[in-house]
Amino acid sequence: MSVGLEQFLIVSIILFCIGLLGVVVRRNLIVMYMGLELMLNAANLALVSFSHYRDNLDGQILVFFIITVAAAEVAVGLALIVALYRKRQATDVNELTSMKM
Amino acid sequence: MQDALFYIFSALTLLCGILVVFNPFSRNPVTSAMFLVLTIISMSGLFVLLNAFFLAAVQILVYAGSVIVLFLFVIMLLDVKEEEKRQFQKFGTFMGLISVIGLAAIIISTTNQTFTIANQSEAATIKQTFNQSGSAETKPLGKLLFTEYVLPFEIISLLLLVAMLGCILLSKREEPKEGVK
Repeated sequence: MSVGLEQFLIVSIILFCIGLLGVVVRRNLIVMYMGLELMLNAANLALVSFSHYRDNLDGQILVFFIITVAAAEVAVGLALIVALYRKRQATDVNELTSMKM
Repeated sequence: MQDALFYIFSALTLLCGILVVFNPFSRNPVTSAMFLVLTIISMSGLFVLLNAFFLAAVQILVYAGSVIVLFLFVIMLLDVKEEEKRQFQKFGTFMGLISVIGLAAIIISTTNQTFTIANQSEAATIKQTFNQSGSAETKPLGKLLFTEYVLPFEIISLLLLVAMLGCILLSKREEPKEGVK
């Protein structure tokens, strides 16, 4: 079976589902963040493969922006996790259920 | 050759992705971060197969170079010994597995159907094979980025500035104020 757009899309779907499963199942905030990164990467893979198979570079530009936004998001999110840990001494979401700091 | 490379890289990506989330040997977040590095490197191999050389380099530089280092710093800052003992909750794992597998089945079957229809119609303009020309697409990418997409490019630099300020503000220790009740 020759490799086409469909195979790339299936890899991207499976990777997205692995990341989603990580966010849903794991209870550690940091590992949940890694699941988010996996989902963003899966979207990037789908965009790059579309852009290659349509001979259109707009998808790659979008991926460039997504990578930048993901870096900013990780920085802010990890700063939030550190601030939360200072208040509560926990990174497990089962212990972070009340809204009052 | 390229098909074999595709299968190798995608198998590596998926295997390491699974090991990020469910590592049967260790619950340590550091192990997850290391497997995330492997996932990202093999995914940049997939990008190279798709002729996106610039994005492959950016992927390794930004993700493997800075994002993972940030993760590792935070893991070192926090005390992660406690989480290793924790077990998965059975019910939550089961329901999550069922719902995510259902989602995957829906999306994959939709994709399959779409491709079956697209292959039958003559309007399918999708290329069926890899691009054999092997030309580097970095130069047109940069041209596009600095002409048509120059406004989003500048806005994204503003976003990075805002993120930097937010990080500094969030991670600053609150000092007890004097004379204020």
